[in-house]
Amino acid sequence: MGELAQLIVNGLVTGSIIALGAVGVSLIYGILRIINFAHGDYLMVGAYLALLANVTLHAGMVVATLVAVAGTLAVSVLLELACWRPLRRKGAGTFSLFIVAIGLALILRNLILLVAGAEPSRYDVDVFQAYALGPIRLAQSQLISIALAAVVLLAVGAALSRSTVGKALRALADNGPLAAVAGIDVDRMVVITWAIAGALAGLAGVLLGLVQVSFDPNAGFLLLLPIFAAVILGGIGSAYGALVGGLALGLAMEVSTWSGFAGGVSPVYKPVVAFALLAVVLLVRPRGLFGRELRAA
Amino acid sequence: MSALLNADFWAFVGVIAGIYTILALGLQLQFGFTGLLNFGQVAFMAIAAYTMAILVVRADAPLPLAVVAALAVAALFGLGLALPALRLRADFFAIVTIAFGEVIRYLALNEQGLTGGAQGTIALAGSGQVANYNLEWLRFQRDVQERLEGVIGSAATRDVAMLAIVWLVALVLIVLLQVMVRSPWGRVLRAIREDEDAAGALAKRVPSYKAQSLAIGAALGGVAGVLYAFEFSFFSPNDFDPLTTFFAWTIVILGGTARTWGVPLGALLFGVIFAGTRFFDFPPFSLFGSADRAYLRLIIVGAVLIGLMAFRPQGILGRREELVLE
Repeated sequence: MGELAQLIVNGLVTGSIIALGAVGVSLIYGILRIINFAHGDYLMVGAYLALLANVTLHAGMVVATLVAVAGTLAVSVLLELACWRPLRRKGAGTFSLFIVAIGLALILRNLILLVAGAEPSRYDVDVFQAYALGPIRLAQSQLISIALAAVVLLAVGAALSRSTVGKALRALADNGPLAAVAGIDVDRMVVITWAIAGALAGLAGVLLGLVQVSFDPNAGFLLLLPIFAAVILGGIGSAYGALVGGLALGLAMEVSTWSGFAGGVSPVYKPVVAFALLAVVLLVRPRGLFGRELRAA
Repeated sequence: MSALLNADFWAFVGVIAGIYTILALGLQLQFGFTGLLNFGQVAFMAIAAYTMAILVVRADAPLPLAVVAALAVAALFGLGLALPALRLRADFFAIVTIAFGEVIRYLALNEQGLTGGAQGTIALAGSGQVANYNLEWLRFQRDVQERLEGVIGSAATRDVAMLAIVWLVALVLIVLLQVMVRSPWGRVLRAIREDEDAAGALAKRVPSYKAQSLAIGAALGGVAGVLYAFEFSFFSPNDFDPLTTFFAWTIVILGGTARTWGVPLGALLFGVIFAGTRFFDFPPFSLFGSADRAYLRLIIVGAVLIGLMAFRPQGILGRREELVLE
């Protein structure tokens, strides 16, 4: 029983980080209809900016996280202005933009590799600080991840449903041309979406680095497919669905290793659990939990 | 400078370019001619390579039989992808194929009893023994090399022999594909690519054609995998990662989608650029050490992909009108 409780906690931690990434991917898809294949590397931009601030410049983790979030936000907006928008103006279609995302992913990852090297890095924090709650052991990084992710995602969710900007974004996701006709500044909304997605990705990257203790530039790509799985599970285009999908996926991945399930899945196959779930969702209910009806093939 | 003129090095580059040509040829059939976004092509390389190696080492199978079985297994897996291909939109299918590729890599990495795990093919015969699947092939390659010596004398090295074999296979496959694509069968594929519903309305069994395209494309990937295994006499799961698939995609797009002869052109260009950057002894390249140059090379690949999409999505030989899935 204690083992299951611990796995549930671990699942919530993994799930929160996936959810942070998935909400960003979902927002981008909702408004631009592109699947941002470079999103995992956006996470790593955040992780490594925090590393720069924390280890190289000896700032505390709080400052480092703020640097990471602000920095990834800036990079995300910059890429929209320098790369995505010009290509959209040229009339690039879904396939072209998918390939561009792959190219961007390669560039971002190898830039980080160039600057920081392939050796694993770690933040300058106390990794042994932990709290005991009955049979559960909660590392400080895990507690911070869950708490911070929860607060941020709730705030983003509230902002999206209450604020004018949020309503404009939802209108654009629902029916782009109609929203533009209604006077919504599409360009500005797109930049805001990239800013939110970038900020969330930056935070997710830092939390990933904290929870994993040691990380390298490829860690983002390894999380990318679970993030896509979460987006599709939750329903593509639904940010709320991405949140639920992320948590559900994290829980599924960790709890699947529980020995109560006939010995449980071997821990090395956790990502495969995510892929299996992705395949099942796509074959049985392509629109996911909260998405709208999709046209098949 | 002497390294630049080293024939053996360029023969090796040529071999790799040939292997990538065959891999990308499968992709060209699936994407360029049928419109299917297969981003897991490297998985078929792995499936065929491992099947061949396992049959040779564990079942003492003769090489030709092992190769035929390997290609058949790869084709079967290709057929397996047909089910999601029929039900999913293009970009979702792409994600599923990437996941499929990663699952294959995970299986190869963790099923040590079957594949030797992370240690690769030397561990195929179990612990304590060093397995080698390549003896029969190397004998064959030596035969070819000796025959070449009769023609071109001392220039016939091991690499040159492999170069000849690989490109002979590649050219045969290219010509075969070109014939298939110009046939009525190929025309149905292109009809499916352009407008699936219209093709279906003309009573063409769309699912069957898609499945055939995927299976044949997978078998081509399998040929590439088997040749890769022969070239290096050893491989491990991490030789088959998504980056290989991305290189194949770059080659297809660079040469021109739906242009069969664009594939070898793209592969040679890609190979020369990729390998040639090793020799650039001027800034900005000279500012980086060799490990860093590997990263720089991949940044250039990424930039090439973006540049192609921005300025010439039809590639070198392609035509704007025949662009797939604009």
